[in-house]
Amino acid sequence: MADKYTTPMLDELESGPWPSFITGIKRLRDDHPDSRINGLANGLMGQLEHSYETRKGYWKGGTVSVFGYGGGIIPRFSEVGSHFPESKEFHTIRVQPAPGNYYTTDMLRKLADSWEKWGSGLQTFHGQTGSIMFIGTTTENTQNFFDDINEYGWDLGGAGPCVRTGMSCVGSARCEMSCANEQKIHRMLVNNFTDDLHRPALPYKFKFKVSGCPNDCQNSIERSDFAVIGTWRDEMKIDQDEVKNYVEAKGRQYLVDNVITRCPTNAISLKEDDTIDVIDGDCVRCMHCLNVMCKALSPGDDKGVTILIGGKRTLKIGDLMGTVLVPFMKLDSHEDYEAMVELAENIIDFWAENGLEHERCGEMIERIGLVNFLEGIEIDIDPNMVNHPRECSYVRMDGWDEEAEKWFKRKAEMAATN
Amino acid sequence: MALENMRQPIESGCPDALQYMHPVMLKNFGNWKYHEDPEPGVLRHVAHSGDEVWTVRAGTQRILDVYTVRKLCDIGDQFADGYIRFTIRSNIEFLVTDPAKVQPLIGALREAGFIVGGTRNSVTMISHTQGFLHCDIPATDASGVVKSMMDELADEFQNWNMPNRVHIATSCCQINCGGQADIAINIQHTKPPRINHDLVSAVCERPTVVARCPVAAIRPAQVNGKPTLEVDEKKCICCGACFPPCPPMQINHAEHSQLAIWVGGNHSNARSKPSFQKLVAAGIPNNPPRWPEATAIVKKILHTYKEDAKDWERINDWIDRIGWPRFFEKTGLPFTKYHVDNWRGARKSLNASAHIRF
Repeated sequence: MADKYTTPMLDELESGPWPSFITGIKRLRDDHPDSRINGLANGLMGQLEHSYETRKGYWKGGTVSVFGYGGGIIPRFSEVGSHFPESKEFHTIRVQPAPGNYYTTDMLRKLADSWEKWGSGLQTFHGQTGSIMFIGTTTENTQNFFDDINEYGWDLGGAGPCVRTGMSCVGSARCEMSCANEQKIHRMLVNNFTDDLHRPALPYKFKFKVSGCPNDCQNSIERSDFAVIGTWRDEMKIDQDEVKNYVEAKGRQYLVDNVITRCPTNAISLKEDDTIDVIDGDCVRCMHCLNVMCKALSPGDDKGVTILIGGKRTLKIGDLMGTVLVPFMKLDSHEDYEAMVELAENIIDFWAENGLEHERCGEMIERIGLVNFLEGIEIDIDPNMVNHPRECSYVRMDGWDEEAEKWFKRKAEMAATN
Repeated sequence: MALENMRQPIESGCPDALQYMHPVMLKNFGNWKYHEDPEPGVLRHVAHSGDEVWTVRAGTQRILDVYTVRKLCDIGDQFADGYIRFTIRSNIEFLVTDPAKVQPLIGALREAGFIVGGTRNSVTMISHTQGFLHCDIPATDASGVVKSMMDELADEFQNWNMPNRVHIATSCCQINCGGQADIAINIQHTKPPRINHDLVSAVCERPTVVARCPVAAIRPAQVNGKPTLEVDEKKCICCGACFPPCPPMQINHAEHSQLAIWVGGNHSNARSKPSFQKLVAAGIPNNPPRWPEATAIVKKILHTYKEDAKDWERINDWIDRIGWPRFFEKTGLPFTKYHVDNWRGARKSLNASAHIRF
């Protein structure tokens, strides 16, 4: 290896109790026998130190992909490559993890071995978009690494204006709160759009995230265009003996202060005998009481999902939360799952047709109005979609009678099928 | 290589996680009954069948070199059952069925320099972005900021001192990857982009750049006979949205790109509906390699929250109860004209009531 770049500022990040990424990169630079890897680590350290000194980034994008795909790679060419030639090409490869980010150590080693063969030896589990990030390789080795891992079951993630890698919580595999099969939802949705994921041709990014319950550990409402959240519509389950045990252990006042009075809709009351009553019709499935008393309280049996559309961060019109599109959808039969996938197809088709360049789905809905969007994808309106009805009278309402008739007709149809 | 010799990709998409799951998780899929938190960083889940699975969670440096990955795998093989997963905040979780394995596993992780914790009412790992290490538009680093802060918050990661869980996030630009969080440390640019007029027409698709501006402050112009873009600096909000599609419009600046701190973002539906974070502090220097000024403010907010909030209150719940005037009073942070929103929908954020706390 050429002389090591001096890195006095980065060296300061080696002290302290938290594991140091600098120590890790230095290990590759100082201990790795392959000159390609120790050189890459050296160049990266040199450029990073230069960034710390000048407080500026020095990577620029470009166009790199693998044969047959259009995306999945984050190309990085150094603007200061003449000073740090070892790492002048330093592309990241995004790879889709399994839902819930499960691995065996055997598989983790296998991936690390492949990456050591073709890349820098640096990887992240996982980036903010949900992909495994294999950080740092050349254009040529991007193809080699992909060919290698693609043979044993791994495919690229999304990058650019396309369907992105999905994200799911730990889910039914370990969590008592889960009301959904995150594994199946995630894979049926994302793998239905493999073409849209690998070949960016949409107005902008489109993200699916799945959380098994309204605790929303995947941050799906704010961080995804299509959020699927497990919920239930029958009564929550109460083990009154466990409630009594809780009162005995923590005290009546603790239960009142931390459970009863924290219910956002005042749906719980404590009775004289230290059991509780829940008004399930008032419960909004916020999860607070279940979180506090997970031994005593559990989700009901009639499980399904709520679907929200249009969450995103700041660019361009400001942060948006998703909006309820489907208050409750059963996901029992294969047909149920197919209906969910069809809904996603309709939304992406409509948005691909009507979204402006670089406009997220939620921004399009903001621009055209929720009602126009609903008509476009043929979904009926529902009062669960709003916090409250319109506050401003500036609207033309000469179709009122027809709209009211639609509501009553829909009600009658629902009554007939139930 | 000739095209016909190129390997066709197998478009397998997202892989099946069932092949990587611990057998006890597969067996009890969808049939877990409850969980307990025996100690920080450890979860015990009990299934209706009576089976148990124990989880040990540890913080890592997120940017993992192959040596660290293999070390984690060695620990997973020697002290656990070879099954792991990662949380959304890049913590690693080891899954075991035998409770006797838990303490030796914790010992091995600590011995190797990893920090066990991040569960329940702790400050868990800061979720972070790429920064100087790999991003094309960053104004700061991410890994370094997070390392510096987690060094100071390691005790809070390993203990249950907080009223409820605390999620912190960082973001190296103003527009992109960092999400909502109880506390977010984000870049805030304070000056308009500096334009290299010689390069704009060659590098940038000008209509795209004009369309990208949230306040329509960019317009086509001619400078020295060359087509370029100019920015109405009175309208410009210094967000940097024009920089990614047009690198000659440099927004990042060593002095003028600063840090701002936002609080009260909460993704969960528990108690209240999900909430966006609110600005509390800005003008914080982007000061590598340790960013002490930003860390000091984060610690001040955490300390105040820890002292003042009730059990189960997230930061947004706590502020909803005590009110913003008291938040600024208790934290000692200044309340300025920049805290009053003027973006679309801002009127909803004004206090149109006689609800005043005295």
